[in-house]
Amino acid sequence: MSSDHDLPGNDAVIDDGDDMEEGSVRGALISYAVGLVLATGLSAASFLLPLTGLVYVPALPVALVVLAIAQMGVHLVFFLHITTSPDNTNTVLALAFGLLIVFLIMAGSLWIMANLNHNMLPMSQIMTMQH
Amino acid sequence: MTAASAAHSSGDKAGAGRARHGGPASKRIIVGYGFWIFLLSDIVMFSAIFAAYAVLASATAGGPTGHQLFDLKNVAVETGCLLLSSFACGIASIGAVLKSVMTFQIAMAVTFVLGALFLGLEINEFAGLVARHAGPQRSAFLSAFFTLVGCHGLHVTIGLLWLLTMMAQIWAKGFRPDIQRRILCFNLFWHALDIIWVAVFTVVYLLGAAV
Repeated sequence: MSSDHDLPGNDAVIDDGDDMEEGSVRGALISYAVGLVLATGLSAASFLLPLTGLVYVPALPVALVVLAIAQMGVHLVFFLHITTSPDNTNTVLALAFGLLIVFLIMAGSLWIMANLNHNMLPMSQIMTMQH
Repeated sequence: MTAASAAHSSGDKAGAGRARHGGPASKRIIVGYGFWIFLLSDIVMFSAIFAAYAVLASATAGGPTGHQLFDLKNVAVETGCLLLSSFACGIASIGAVLKSVMTFQIAMAVTFVLGALFLGLEINEFAGLVARHAGPQRSAFLSAFFTLVGCHGLHVTIGLLWLLTMMAQIWAKGFRPDIQRRILCFNLFWHALDIIWVAVFTVVYLLGAAV
């Protein structure tokens, strides 16, 4: 912003180092700006896609999910600075484990509930059995 | 607290070289990692609510469907607010690294205004739904909808309170190392909320309105 070159007391006064590679403020600023542009583009694409009719309608959910996953990736890399640098190994491993659990919960619930629905009698027949 | 932070800042000079020179990681990395684990557990909790919503999305009990209820223009504005507030929050974190009070406080104020705007639009939407007799008691679909979107809104509310606390702490105490770490955690929290919102607007609103 005001001073994007030499930051005051970057090495002497600062306590812990910082969360950005090379400690570069300019790099962080560029990262946020690139993230903002990409995320805006992907969001706009997801909102406009159903309106344009460019995508075959039954394939629309898949297209929207792909756009959402792409945008989450943009947020992780450009906003949360989750990268493949050595400092981030633990973070990435924790993220991978979290994603595994999320996948198990989502896919498992949908799978089991679809099976239950499939095997259940239609509601009208249940109602007649109760009488 | 002061004794602990004094001990910590003297320990930091020894550990300032971080992993490159071996030895324990700096406190900032450890705190960030611990908070990241919390965020992942929060995301796992959200995934359970998402699973419930996905299972119940078609259980409208003869009531209104998402296609009839959702106003995508409103959702697009909400998305824009949250995305810009995430960006402003990033600028605030740069201000904190630079120890520039002006940059930090202005960026945090912008973050707050955009976040509050998001929350206002969401409350407005909820009130509109309840007024149209589409409240959480109408159907399993609407119960799941209010649980999922409301839980995200609750997180945003807590985030806004945390944001004001951070502004007050910087104003009263300045850029102390422990406060810098809290700012780091707040940043992670706010960006994670935006990631969850991406899933919400895709799964709930866009897919709900399209199908």
